[in-house]
Amino acid sequence: MLEHDIVIIGGGPAGMAAAVAAWDKGATDIVILDRDDDIGGILRQCIHNGFGLHKLGRELTGPEYAAVYKKKVEERHIKVYYETMVTDLTADRVVTASNRDGILKIKAKAVILAMGCRERSRGALNISGKRPAGVYSAGTAQKLMNCEGYMVGKRAVILGSGDIGLIMARRMSLEGAKVEAVCELMPYSGGLTRNIVQCLEDFNIPLYLSTTVCEIHGDRRLEGVTIAEVDENRRVIEETKRYIPCDTLLLSVGLIPENELTRAAGIPIDPITNGAIVDEHRETEVKGIFACGNVLQVHDLVDYVSDEAEIAGMSAAELVLNGRTDGTAVNTAAGNGVRYVLPQRISNTDSDVALFMRVVKPFGKVRFTVKSGDEVLATAVRIKAAPGEMEKIVVKSSKLALAKDTVTVSLEEI
Amino acid sequence: MNYDVAVIGAGVVGGMVARELTKYKLSTVLIDKENDVACGASKANSGIIHGGFDPEPDTLKAKLNAMGVQKLYATAKALHVPHKNNGSFVCAFSEEEDKTVKELYERGLKNGIKGMSVISGDEARKMEPNLSPDITSVLNVPSAGIICPYELTIAAVGNAMKNGAELLTDFTVTSIINTDGMFTVSSADGRAVSAKYIINCAGCYSDKVANMVGDTSFEIIPRAGQYILLDKKEGARVTHTIFQVPSKEGKGILVSPTVDGNLLTGPTAEAVDCPMCVNTTPDGLAAVQKLAAKSVPSVQFREVITSFCGVRSSEKNGDFIIEESKVQKGFVNVAAIDSPGLSSCVAIAEYTVDILRNMGVELIENTDFDGTREDPHFFRHMTDDEKNEYVKAHPDYGKIICRCETVTEGEIRDAIRRDPKPQDIDGVKRRTRSGMGRCQGGFCKPFVMKLIAEENKTAMENVTKNGKESAMVIGKI
Repeated sequence: MLEHDIVIIGGGPAGMAAAVAAWDKGATDIVILDRDDDIGGILRQCIHNGFGLHKLGRELTGPEYAAVYKKKVEERHIKVYYETMVTDLTADRVVTASNRDGILKIKAKAVILAMGCRERSRGALNISGKRPAGVYSAGTAQKLMNCEGYMVGKRAVILGSGDIGLIMARRMSLEGAKVEAVCELMPYSGGLTRNIVQCLEDFNIPLYLSTTVCEIHGDRRLEGVTIAEVDENRRVIEETKRYIPCDTLLLSVGLIPENELTRAAGIPIDPITNGAIVDEHRETEVKGIFACGNVLQVHDLVDYVSDEAEIAGMSAAELVLNGRTDGTAVNTAAGNGVRYVLPQRISNTDSDVALFMRVVKPFGKVRFTVKSGDEVLATAVRIKAAPGEMEKIVVKSSKLALAKDTVTVSLEEI
Repeated sequence: MNYDVAVIGAGVVGGMVARELTKYKLSTVLIDKENDVACGASKANSGIIHGGFDPEPDTLKAKLNAMGVQKLYATAKALHVPHKNNGSFVCAFSEEEDKTVKELYERGLKNGIKGMSVISGDEARKMEPNLSPDITSVLNVPSAGIICPYELTIAAVGNAMKNGAELLTDFTVTSIINTDGMFTVSSADGRAVSAKYIINCAGCYSDKVANMVGDTSFEIIPRAGQYILLDKKEGARVTHTIFQVPSKEGKGILVSPTVDGNLLTGPTAEAVDCPMCVNTTPDGLAAVQKLAAKSVPSVQFREVITSFCGVRSSEKNGDFIIEESKVQKGFVNVAAIDSPGLSSCVAIAEYTVDILRNMGVELIENTDFDGTREDPHFFRHMTDDEKNEYVKAHPDYGKIICRCETVTEGEIRDAIRRDPKPQDIDGVKRRTRSGMGRCQGGFCKPFVMKLIAEENKTAMENVTKNGKESAMVIGKI
């Protein structure tokens, strides 16, 4: 069995940023395990721009953003195992992986989970009908088009207005396909506003809200879909059913953090985020195992993935180099209007902590209040808030020291 | 080409019949209209090895199910097909149904089924804690089991081919003409084969095939069954296959672990217009959920990974039809094989060969027959040491392509090269499980497409999902 200080599972944006941050903090015995033949993760297929505005102060494409971090990894001579798939993780931090050389076992002082997420599939939606070719999750189509160079179809319907769906609507249009419609089950889009404008409106692609695909037609290749409006209980309204001929259906209906290894290690999972329960160091409930990026919570922007991964990387380095003693721990909770708060636990109230959260539905002007008991720890006003845009509120350590009980974030419309 | 026997239909029955024929010195051809084997009911059914208590005594179903179970276990073992003798429960929910359970027990005894017992709901819940508290009694059938039906078909056909049978795919039979005791079977694409005997294993199309020789003695009523398959997280919800007693609502919905560790619920039973009517419906899927929850209330349907529909080849009289046609000598119908067809398939094959023997066909033993299939080396079933050793000799087995099901590049390449060779994504999926996991191929599909294109030396545009006209991509950007 090999031994390393820090093993990072996944070499996407989270894994790369965590590795760099840990190295810069002084923990240099790091390995990254990645299943692909290069690091960069899903960024490699995101050839559109819009990456890096917050983190790097310039607008890059996905591969360019990945290259920035890959260079940092290489400059630090951080060891990367390519085409190496982790198949098991234990609570005492033994990582088992497989590659063309055989089975690799590494005992780590700290493990950073950075496996990213997967797309919800057609099967998980239980859309009825047949099972022809031409039904793709949006990311699979994106990979085939952007990495392999193949066009998936000529006439498309997209279900789900998450960012990947929006980006793919534009991408298909740019390659000459006709995108008939983007259907969104919810009465609002889960995508970023800038993507709705740049990917749909600029291409005259209709976005149908409160609308779903209820049947898939075609024996071999997709021939069409039946779409219909849904009522407030998301049930199909029969008389609104209509048929759209198409050869391609792209699904952008949600991302699921890939936490199979997390579960294998017995790490408790938050049922709302579908990621591990972590403290402000991004350490899970199992000591020495950290999580960051989309495996922890699905992010809107890679910039924030990098930020979160740096926290995990620095914390892992600190644990490996100095050990750590935690102070009083308090839990966090989502109050009125807030879907979840991350981290779910604050282990140490000695320094400022940034809380990340998503709201339950779109709001106009709101005030967020962070409270513990009757003590108000922080407030923040936003002109608008939407589930598709993650919110961040920093709580000062001086205020955190006042928290004796659960720290709750709630909002009120103002 | 001239053959002794042409078997029409490469489902589990046709495959097993072809394999059985290769035990004798007979030249055998197996024909299917699809580009792969197991494309009909054999790919979409419950995968259950039924105990044999259910069929009416003295029917072919009763006889062949009872005979077939142990033969199937033995054959599955010889062919390295995943299977498990997990036992089944038939659950009653009322005093009236308690009586039915007792009747089924009595029927089982008449059918010669061993080891059954009737147990109380509480006793059953001790063995299966997730069973509904409303269950009042249970028929416990320890001999029942589960098996992968398409893997069994693929293995049976592969083994038949290893022993000399030929497989012709994309061969849609359009006419069968008998001239001087020799049949000519013609395909839509102009191909034709000649054979002295024909075995009609055409499943839902078996009545149409029989009609081609003027036999109109039976009519297949396609009956659809919809299923919901759940993630492995739900796979341990029950260990037995859980049935409900047949009631007015139908034969009931089962809840069962699969050999691959998922949880399967279904099927519905609806008469449909055609064998191609394999579409799932909102009502059907809702019914599956509702009735599965009746037996096992804690099943988490948010863990669904896919739903599918299969079509059974039922017939009004309810029994298997396995006999020489009364209007055409030399033409044997093996038809109306709905449940328990999978459980009986090996017995059906032997019974069919007995019919040939009784027809006067000379059966000389093929002493070279080897009824075993080489271990397909499923990576996920190996220990770490076995993996290390195998990867050393076969590095492609270290490269995992399908992360959800842990399927390696080596397995996929070998599956593409091994008889019967898959032609498309779904064929590879059935052989290797790549794309069958929780992401449903989201990550591995592009890799599998490339491997198929590479192995078959063809362009990506020619890689199909399921048969002709099902291209995955339409061209280069």
